Amino acid sequence: MSFATAMHHASSGESVPERITIRDLKFYYGDTLALKGIHLPLYDRKVTAFIGPSGCGKSTLLRVLNRMYDLYPGQRAEGEVLLDGENILEAGIDLNLLRSRVGMVFQKPTPFPMTIYDNIAFGVRLYEKLSKAEMDVRVEESLTKAALWKEVKDKLNASGLSLSGGQQQRLCIARTVAIKPEVILFDEPCSALDPISTAKIEELIDDLKNDYTIAIVTHNMQQAARVSEHTAFMYLGELIEFNATDRIFTTPKDQRTQDYITGRFG
Amino acid sequence: MSDHIVRSFDDELLALGRSISEMGGIAETMFASSVDALVRSDTQLAQRVIATDQRLDALEREIEEKAILTIAKRQPMAVDLRAIISSIRLAADLERVGDLAKNIGKRVVAMNGQFVPQKIVGGVIHMSDLALDRLKRVLDAYMHRDVETALDVWNNDEEIDALYNSVFRELLTYMMEDPRNIGFCTHLLFCAKNIERIGDHATNIAETIHYLVTGKTITIERPRSNASYAPLEIGEIPKDD
Repeated sequence: MSFATAMHHASSGESVPERITIRDLKFYYGDTLALKGIHLPLYDRKVTAFIGPSGCGKSTLLRVLNRMYDLYPGQRAEGEVLLDGENILEAGIDLNLLRSRVGMVFQKPTPFPMTIYDNIAFGVRLYEKLSKAEMDVRVEESLTKAALWKEVKDKLNASGLSLSGGQQQRLCIARTVAIKPEVILFDEPCSALDPISTAKIEELIDDLKNDYTIAIVTHNMQQAARVSEHTAFMYLGELIEFNATDRIFTTPKDQRTQDYITGRFG
Repeated sequence: MSDHIVRSFDDELLALGRSISEMGGIAETMFASSVDALVRSDTQLAQRVIATDQRLDALEREIEEKAILTIAKRQPMAVDLRAIISSIRLAADLERVGDLAKNIGKRVVAMNGQFVPQKIVGGVIHMSDLALDRLKRVLDAYMHRDVETALDVWNNDEEIDALYNSVFRELLTYMMEDPRNIGFCTHLLFCAKNIERIGDHATNIAETIHYLVTGKTITIERPRSNASYAPLEIGEIPKDD
């Protein structure tokens, strides 16, 4: 039994298919080994949270999942990351297609300096040829899914930058959702937001998991406990513990996990 | 276990633990004194037991408030969360132990110095010795986070239950022998019931310790001794939970 399967059996008992399977993933920044052989499943239409102290490799892991690291020379990954059975680390992979299947939302909202409408439409146009009417529908659909439609429907031609931080982040989520990905990666999506905007994003993640497989990196433990079904605790480039979120935050098995989540990490 | 990065969090948890220990000490003393008062027909001692209960009630409220505040401030996880939840549960159990000791005290006051024959009170004393021993051991187990001892206490409640059954039958016999015995025998019977309940709270406390240390609740059935004695004509004594 693989590590992932074993952990899965330990955690839930039900059989949820794995959308992404990570096997013996090693990641290098130049000569520095940042991920030391990670085995991990991301279950289909579930939320998996990555927690751990700064520098533990959780954001690195996230950046591997859509090969964001390819933009930087000297960074490379070894091992396997299977998306629906296909190893996305292989050389022949179409990166544009991959990134349309695995969307990403960053820590700071990053709207394009264009209208709200075009913020959504821009990405869609890269992948699909839609009529004006079809595009209108897609924009509305995406903004609705991102729980932003009601707030912006009367000002679609206003600049994306005119929105509040929380709204900008939801615009970025709408932009991600618009190209109909399978997986959405959230890299600390709420760390720059106030509590109300944070609550809205969490509510949104709850809705989004009906359609998408979600991975979220967060420094907010309570957030991880609230939004995710599974939690992975990472430390110094290693996966220390992976289990059902309920278990991780009430009865973690590893002392290091316990120390971290209870605020005892020295 | 290593300390929290935020030291005041440790202080809060320590303070909760200390308050529980204080409650445990008071409850234990109240219980022992109430039985002493019963045995010696000491109304004054009984009055003191009754008065002490206020302190226990106040401590329970204090622990609850502190626990709620700590949850709100720290958003505790794992072992910390269990420690806080456990302190609320333990405080409730210990407060009940105090109430039950107070009940015994009230019985003693109601009996108003009426002399109780030693041979009749013997069974009740034996029961209280057992219950007091369990209470002491389970409180020690809490201090030392000792699951083994807690489980041992948890597993050994049937002796008190069995004794309670035999005391019940014994008192019934005295009452049937001579109707003048009915008054104090009834009081004694209630005292025995209160002692039996204190034993049950020791069991609860043991369960809480198990949860506190392991993170799991005990799911197996506890040994019971309902039918260990042949019933009198009043039928089987039902065992409350």
